Formats: sequence, structure tokens, C-alpha cells
Amino acid sequence: MEEERDGSSPERLCGEVLRSPQTPAWPSHCASWDSRPPCSMDPALSVVRLAVQEAVHILSSSEDGGHILSTLASLKRYLSDTENSALSGEKEEFATVHFSTLLRSLASKLSPDWLELLPGGRLEALWASFFLEGPADQAFLVLMETIEGTAGPSFRLMKMAQLLARFLREGRMAALMEAQCQQQMRPSFPVLREMLLSKVVGLPDHLGNRLQRENLPEFLPQNYFPLLSEEVLRVLQAAVDSLQGGLDCSISFLSQVLGKVCMHGRQQETLDVLVPQLTTLTNSSCLWQRVCWRLVEQVPDRALEAMLTGMVEAASGPEVLSRLLGNLVVKNKKAQFVMTRKLLFLQYRYTTPMLQSLLGYLAMDSQRRPLLVQVLKELLETWGSSSAIRHTPLPQQCYISKAILICLAHLGGPELQDSRDELLASMMAGVKCRLDSSLPAVRRLGMIVAEVVSSHLHPEGPPLKFQYEEDELSLELLALGNPRLMGDSASEAGGPSLAPATTETPTETPAETMDSKVLRAQPEGSDSEVDSDDEFIPYDMSGDKELKNSKAPAYVRDCMEALTMSEDSERWEAALRALEGLICRSPEATREVSVELAKVLLHLEERTCVAGFEGLRQRALVAVTVTDPAQVAEYLTSQFYALNYSLRQRMDILDVLTLAAQELSRPGRLKRAPQHSHPGTGTCCLLPLATAQPGSTAAPDWRVVVEERIRSKTRRLSKGAPRMGAAGSPNGFNSVAGYFFFPLIQHFDRPLLTFDLLGDDQLVLGRLTHTLGALMYLAANTTVAVPMGKALLEFTWALRFHVDTSYVRQGLLSATSSVLLSVPAQRLLEDMPDELLEARSWLADVAEKDPDEDCRMLAVKALLLLEKLKDKLLTSSP
Amino acid sequence: SALPSMATPLPPPAPDPQFVLRGTQSPVHALHFSRGAQAQGCLLLFSGSQSGLVHIWNLQTRRTAATLDGHGGQCVTWLQMLPQGHQLLSQGRDMKLCLWDLAEGRSAVVDSIHLESVGFCRSAILTGGWPHWTLAVPGKGSDEVQILEMPSKTSVCTLKPDADAKLGMPMCLGLWQARSSPRPLLLAGYEDGSVALWDISERKMCSHVTCHEEPVMGLDFDPQQARGISGSAGKALAVWNLDRQQALKVHGTHRLTNPGVAEVTIRPDYKILATAGWDHRIRVFHWRTMKPLAVLAFHSATVQCVAFAPNGLLAAGSKDQRISVWSLYPP
Repeated sequence: MEEERDGSSPERLCGEVLRSPQTPAWPSHCASWDSRPPCSMDPALSVVRLAVQEAVHILSSSEDGGHILSTLASLKRYLSDTENSALSGEKEEFATVHFSTLLRSLASKLSPDWLELLPGGRLEALWASFFLEGPADQAFLVLMETIEGTAGPSFRLMKMAQLLARFLREGRMAALMEAQCQQQMRPSFPVLREMLLSKVVGLPDHLGNRLQRENLPEFLPQNYFPLLSEEVLRVLQAAVDSLQGGLDCSISFLSQVLGKVCMHGRQQETLDVLVPQLTTLTNSSCLWQRVCWRLVEQVPDRALEAMLTGMVEAASGPEVLSRLLGNLVVKNKKAQFVMTRKLLFLQYRYTTPMLQSLLGYLAMDSQRRPLLVQVLKELLETWGSSSAIRHTPLPQQCYISKAILICLAHLGGPELQDSRDELLASMMAGVKCRLDSSLPAVRRLGMIVAEVVSSHLHPEGPPLKFQYEEDELSLELLALGNPRLMGDSASEAGGPSLAPATTETPTETPAETMDSKVLRAQPEGSDSEVDSDDEFIPYDMSGDKELKNSKAPAYVRDCMEALTMSEDSERWEAALRALEGLICRSPEATREVSVELAKVLLHLEERTCVAGFEGLRQRALVAVTVTDPAQVAEYLTSQFYALNYSLRQRMDILDVLTLAAQELSRPGRLKRAPQHSHPGTGTCCLLPLATAQPGSTAAPDWRVVVEERIRSKTRRLSKGAPRMGAAGSPNGFNSVAGYFFFPLIQHFDRPLLTFDLLGDDQLVLGRLTHTLGALMYLAANTTVAVPMGKALLEFTWALRFHVDTSYVRQGLLSATSSVLLSVPAQRLLEDMPDELLEARSWLADVAEKDPDEDCRMLAVKALLLLEKLKDKLLTSSP
Repeated sequence: SALPSMATPLPPPAPDPQFVLRGTQSPVHALHFSRGAQAQGCLLLFSGSQSGLVHIWNLQTRRTAATLDGHGGQCVTWLQMLPQGHQLLSQGRDMKLCLWDLAEGRSAVVDSIHLESVGFCRSAILTGGWPHWTLAVPGKGSDEVQILEMPSKTSVCTLKPDADAKLGMPMCLGLWQARSSPRPLLLAGYEDGSVALWDISERKMCSHVTCHEEPVMGLDFDPQQARGISGSAGKALAVWNLDRQQALKVHGTHRLTNPGVAEVTIRPDYKILATAGWDHRIRVFHWRTMKPLAVLAFHSATVQCVAFAPNGLLAAGSKDQRISVWSLYPP
């Protein structure tokens, strides 16, 4: 729509103002207060000077109210337009040369006594009329000057403030700005203008400072800026009127006001009034639209960013933004930078509707669309950069992903054709990095964006489809990629030809709804069997599954045999299901074959689809480890660094070790209900902790456990209660903790052919750090805790600056916390003071600078523990 | 005749037992409800255990009222109260059928019959011509059923299938007399998975239908509709009916999730039926439509027996030594 209007717009209407020369740079020689218009040298005009001098004299000396009144009234003729008014030349001299002087002396006379020289407030009315009727800029400046120069709460101050409030109420601000705009056509005084500008915008601050608690409501920012906006609109209206009358006018002062207001952070108050009004006004008149574009174009560069962010926030959709800003983003480099880089790449605080406005604005004009393609390229490049993935916080990654999807919704196939390869390359790189990530949210972002991007780049090819859980965010993202929904989001039904890329989706959706209708209809048909016995409502029978324990072996050895040899998948499964119970019931028999059994379980692969296979295998392994901790832990830890294991197996080893350690240190924590749990609920009695899903959700459970401990400890500290012994019963982990811990921590920095912890396998490294932290925590109150703590602090020290995966850092932080929790304070200080100091500075650094929020939180918690340690030593030493 | 509603509401979760009787200290193999004579109509539950004891449970106090020990430590497989209310029949693996007098707090064996077979087959009685009654027990030959006239213990006849029929052992029995005719009939389930109808007075097999692939473990019959049901060691329940020519026809089968039904019992009001499953579960069906109503997964071992009380209460005894008592769809 805009383009059409643009093309056919009558130059006659808008030409003058838009063609008007840019405000020239002011020559420095005329930048002075007293430079006067050349006509003031005319001797005939000294009449005015004499009259003013006399009046000032009378004002300062006379006590006669009547005399003062008549003198002032005679001066009024220089201001008014009545029949007995003065010559226009005299008026002009009065206004430009003498008015301020007069106003100052009027202001200085203000006192209760002076006003009462004449009864009925006649003197005051006349006094005020000079301020309210004379040239608004000078009146305003004198008012502000007097208010600033008047001490403390006083009669004079309050009178002046009230007069200023009246000045605002009577619309003099509009007069002031209009006059400034008109002066723009002539050479003027930049210093005066600058001062005026800062006073106009800074009025609430000045008045607030001056009046303190006596401040008037008119001067509060929430009232003043809306008023100022209304006044701006009035001046704009005047400008539009004068343009229609064929007169030139400039509105650059308004632009400056607008820019300055925005720079002062008052976008919201101002634009909330301005934008809706301008939206309606520009909708009906192309003259208004031109004026509006001029308004934003002339905003000084340094204020552009503030103004544009305010605009994007206040505009209700891309159409509005496009109408208000025109092609500003093409014309102005700074605006382009703000709109296409700063708001997208350097900040991420804006809401999705704002992003939609912004990118929709870029999409709405053929001149701007190349920018959108460029933006998409850069967005995808950032999205695909592995360093960006590692160093930017998740919310920012979400923001960029959203922006990509919105861009895609706007761009059609032909536009993407040229840069398809480039986009694909960025996308592939990003997907790869993201799928490697240990954070589920990052992986999911990768999958969703990849799906949408590939469907746009190759609409004809087979669709890329990942499997991911659908949560609120993923649904939102998918909706963003759907251009049909994008159109709805615009509040104004203005553009019938919104985006060119709305062709493919409608064909899909009707089919979908048809399907669901059929599906819904089916049960109706099949369920038509009318049952007369209404009272016989069936109970839930979903638990009625096939029973499989018929073939379960009765001995551990038989189980092992069945797991290794049996070709009968039912027997194999039954053996797996029975194993944990058998191990618990016959520890002696298990000890005889423990390592062998652990080996079998570690290498066990799912032959047929067995529900809960991972959990069964893990529980059996944990049971073996608990039954014979030293032997099995030694075996498992040795296998962790052995060749030819999959990452999955290595992570299983870590999970099993932590779970077994937990069971040993707190017997009964992992105990299941009696062996033959009845089949109805049998399937759901899984371990409460660390049931490893393929992926990496088990380890965060550990963090939760440790964090929970930390929290409970910290809370106890804040209550000021003395520290209690953590556990009353002997720690079964005591004698074997070393078997679990030290073999794991020894070899992490020696890469194998297939396994490089410090390289590609950082996910396992993260899991390892979490495991070590958990083992450390579980070794509380054991004798081996001190050497363990020392080793673990060294380990964390070695890795602190080596890794840029937040998951590993989180592991290091929680490991540090567990050291602080598990090693006795005395020993910590005696044996490892240097390590502690180092850890402390590292923690402080992380707490302040880490891009990951969880890391910062963990660091703060660890710091709190350190503080607590200090407090404890201080209280215990005397 | 309500129309099916648009949205199927979520089925209610499976119910819990009303209460559980523990203390037999041995797997439960037989259950029988009866109104006790001495306790003024108070409902009693008799349970027979593998250790040879019969426990009499007072369902108000939910405790054992008495324990009967008459089978020498051998499993009790069948319990039946005689109609006058104070005489109990118990069958045990010690090849004995005991008649207990429970009147006035007594608990003495007043009579016993030596059985010729140690098999799985539970006996059956018909008490139409009280005080005379008919008893069907597994006979001496492995495929025979013996009919006795009680209380005289006179052997009326022995029902033996044709030699070439190869039905195997009788596994379960049901005696029954149609209202229209005075002739008692016997339904017997056999090892080969067939059900046969015998006319006792004529000593001949009226009809025979093979409805299972595995041995028939339990059957029950609804004389109102001339329809019966049988369960086997296999994975199916079979519903069969009896036409006017006294021919058995399979009406339908119902497939089960897991194989093995130890006993099938229809509630006295012929509305629902229950099966005792080897898969530890009790299944409840609507008798007329055979619509599954509930799968009660409470026991942790094979359910051996199910019984209904006249008031609709359902009891199930299991190898896990517990007796669960349920109140479902009260009549």
C-alpha cells in the first residue's frame, strides 16, 4: 500500500516541506545571545527601548499600584493584535530584544506585598499575561531560569511554578515548538535552541529537584510527557495545515524533542500517546504520513536507537511500523544498524510480537526486503557458529532462533534461491553443534530450526523430521515458522498482500482437520453397541499385560547363563527382570561371580524390545556393585577408561557407581518394595533417582541431589544453629570410597584412540565431574574424604579454564561444593589453603561473568559455603 | 437404552479389595460362602488350604472362627455346605471326602468317603430331593465319574466315556437338574479340553463338545439361559449353550491376556462372573454379553479359587496365602 501511495503521491502537496533544505550547519559567528536582527539598528525603534526602560524603572521603584498597572498595560500593545496595537516593526523589536528583560524584572518583583498594591488580583492577572501571551520560548526560559534561581520553598517559587503549570495547561508548549519550527526557516541561534531543548525535555527533572515534595502533578514525568506528546501532535497538525495551505514549514525541532525525550528514557510515556495517534492519522492521509516520516528521519543519529526501540515496542504490528517509519532503515545507516543488527544480535530482551513487528517491517517493502535476506543470512550464521552456541545464554539462542523462523515465514522460495547453499551450510553447522550439546533445550532448538529451515529451503524434498518432546517453547517456535499464523498476529487487517510465502500450508491443514474428524467419528460408530446394564461400567483394565515371570531363573548363576546363552527371548527377559531380586536375596552367591556378572551386564544389549531395559540393567548392576563393592568398583572404574566402549556404556558406569555409592552410604535409600510386588503396579516402581534415559537426563538428578543438600545446609546456617553430624549411622561407603573415586580421577587427561574426554567427549567429562562430586559428597564423614577432596580440588583446578561447555562447568562447581561440604573445615584449611584461595577467586569470577545462569547460581552457592566455613572457624577458634 | 455418549469418559481406576484375610499360612485352594446356622445368619467364609486345614472366617470380625483339621496335612480342594446349614463337605488330596458337623460350635467329622482318585477334580452335589442328595466324585478309573446317593453312600452309577473317545481325566464337575425334568444331569470338563453332558439316569453321554485346546480347569452353568462357561489351562474362556435337544454348542470364546484359569464362577444372580487366573489376576465379566468389566491385580501369585456369596461378595484365594474379598457391582 505504501509503495503505491509513494509512487502516486502528488509532489505539490508534500514537496515543499520534504524538499526544504536540511537545517544548515550554524555558522559559529552568529552563535551569540545578543546578535540581533539587522533591523534593530533603526533609530526610530528606540521608542520601544525607551518605553521598556521606563517600565523597568517604574517596576523597580514605584509603590503606586495604579501607575504600575497603566505602565504595564501600555506595554501590552506590543504583544496584542488589537486595533491600537503597535507597528509590526516595533512589535518585533520588543519581542526579540526587550521581552526577556521585561519578564525578568517582572519575575523579580513578584512578592505578596507587590501583588497587593492593587486589589482583586488585577496586577497579578496582568503580570501573568505577559508570560502567557508573549513569545513562548522567552517566557519559558525566563520561567525556568527564575524557578531555578529561586531559593527554597517560598511564595515566589510556588507562584512561578504555578504559572509554569498554567503555561503548560494553556498549550504554550505547542506555541513554543511551533515558533521554533518556524524560526528554523531562518538562521537562528543554535545555543538558544539547544538550551531550550534541554529545558523542554528536562522540565520534570528540574522542577522535581527544585520543588522536592511540593512538586505539582503537571511536572511529574508520567503526566508531563504525554502532555508534551499531545503538544507535538498539535504542532504536527499545524505543519500539516500549513502544508495544505501551500506554505513551507520545518519540523526538525520536533524531531529533536522526540529524540531527546527518547534518549532520556521516556519512550514509553511519549510514544504510548504519539504512536496510536499517528497510526490513525497516517492511515487516512498521505500528507500526515510524509510529515511523520520526516519527523523520524530528522531525529538526530545519537537518539535514533532510543527512538527506534521505543517505536518497535509501541507499534502494534509491522504495518504500523512501516507506516510510521517509512524507508528510514534504507535511508539512514544508523537506523539500519540499529534495526538489523543491534536489536537482533546484540540484545535479546524483546518479546516475540516485537520481533515480528521488526522483521515484518523489513519484509513489507521491496526496498527493505534485501535487508531481510541479509538479516536471515547473518542470523543463521550466528546460529550456526559453535562458539556462539557455547558462549551465549540460552534465552539469546531462543531469541535468534525465533528471529530466524520469523524471517523464513516472510521470505519466499525465489528470494532464498540465491543464498540457499550458504544458508544450508550455516544451518548444518548449527544443527551439528546443537545436537552435540548436553543441554536438551539446545538440542531441541537445533532440531526445530533445522526442520523449519530445511522445509523452506527444500519445500519439494522429503521433510526433515526429528523426534523431540513438544513443550511450550517448541510449539511457539513451530507456530512462528508457520506464515499463516503470522498474518493473524497483526492487529490491523490492513495488508491483503502480506507475505508472498503463504502458499504451501493451507493445503495441509484441511487434510489434517478431515483426519481428526474421521478419527472422532470412528469410536461413535464402533461403540454403538447398546448396553442395557448401565450399572456395569468397566473399570480401567489398562494394566492387564502379559505376565512374563514364568520362566525366570531362580539362581544368580542361572540368570547369568540365561543372559549370555539363552536364545529364548522370554527367558532372557525374565532373567533380566529377576536378577536384581536374586542378587539382593543371595549376596554370598553373587559375590562368587560378581565381576563376571558385572561384565555380562555392562555388555548386555537389548535383544528384543523390553520395556524398561535400561532401568533393569542399571538396577542389577547397582545391586551387584553394592553386594561386592571393592571388586566390582575396581572392575567398572578400570573399564571406564578402557578401549572399545561406547559413550553410553561409559556413562552407565558412572551412573552405576554413583547409585551404588549412594546406596552404600545411606542403606535403604534405593531399596525397592518387597520382591514380588503385585503386577498391577509392578511396572512403575522404578528407582526414584537416576533412571538413565538415553540422552543425558540422569546426571542432572545428581545435581539436584547435591544442590538440595547445599540448600538445606545453607538454610541451617542462616538459622544460626550449630552444625549437626550429617549421618548418625556408620557410612558403609567408608571402606570402599577409594575404589570408586581414585581410579576415575586418575586418567581423565589421557586421550584414547576412541575416547577423548578433553576433546569431543565433553558430555562424558561433564558426567564424570558430576559423578566425582557426588562420590565426594557421599564420602562425607569418611576417613578418605580428605585425600579425596584434595584430589578433586586439583582436578577442578585443571579443568577450570579448559572447558567451555556449561554442563562441565556446572559439574566442576557442584564438585567444589561437595568438597566444601564433605571435608572437615579444619582439614580444609590446614591441608589445602592455597587451593581454597584459588577456588574462591575462580568462584567469584564465575559468579559474576559466566554466561550460564545455572553456573552463576552454583558458584554463588559454593561461595556461600566458603563463607560459612570462615564463620565456623571464627566462632570455633576463641 | 441410553444412547452412547459422544465422549467416552475415562474408566474408573481398578478397585481395591474390600478387605483381605491373612493367616492361612498356606496357599488357599478352596473357598465357599455360607450363612452359618449357629451365628444367626452371619455370613461365613470357608477356606481350604494346601496345609490341609479348613478355616472358617467370620466376615464381620474378619477373623477365623474355627479351624478344621481333617485331611492329614493334604491339600483341601473343595468345600461345600449342605443346605440345612451345619454340615460341611470337604475334599482333600488325602483321597478323603469329609462331612463335618458344625452345629452348636462342634467341629467333628461325622462321616467320610474314601475317594478312588487323587486327581485335580473337584466334586459336585445336587440337593434337589433333600434329605437325599446326589454326589458326583471322580471315580476309580482315571476317566470315570462316580455318582453316589447320599447320605446312604450308595453308588448309583459310574460314568465312563467310550473307550475310544480319549477324553482323559475329568477335571471339573457340575451337577444340575432342569426344572422341567426330574432327571439329573452332569456337566464334566475333561483333560482333552472338551465338555460333556451326561444324563445320569440313563448313564449316557448326551452331548460332547471340544471347546479348549488345553485341559478344562473349571466350569459353571446358568440353567436359566441353558448356557455355561468353562476355563482351561489355555488362553481362552469358552461359552457354550445347550439347545432343546440337549446338545452342547460353543457359543463363543473369549481370549485372555495370559493363559490359565483355575476356576470360573457365575454370581448367584447370573449377572457377572469371575475367573481365578494363573496370572495372579481375577477377571470379572458381564455374564450376558461377556464384556470384560475388571481385572483385579491384587494377588502376587496364582489365584486358585473364586467364590461368590449370596449377597454378591466376591472372594478369591491365592497361592500367596491371602484371601481377597471384593464388593463389585452389588446386586
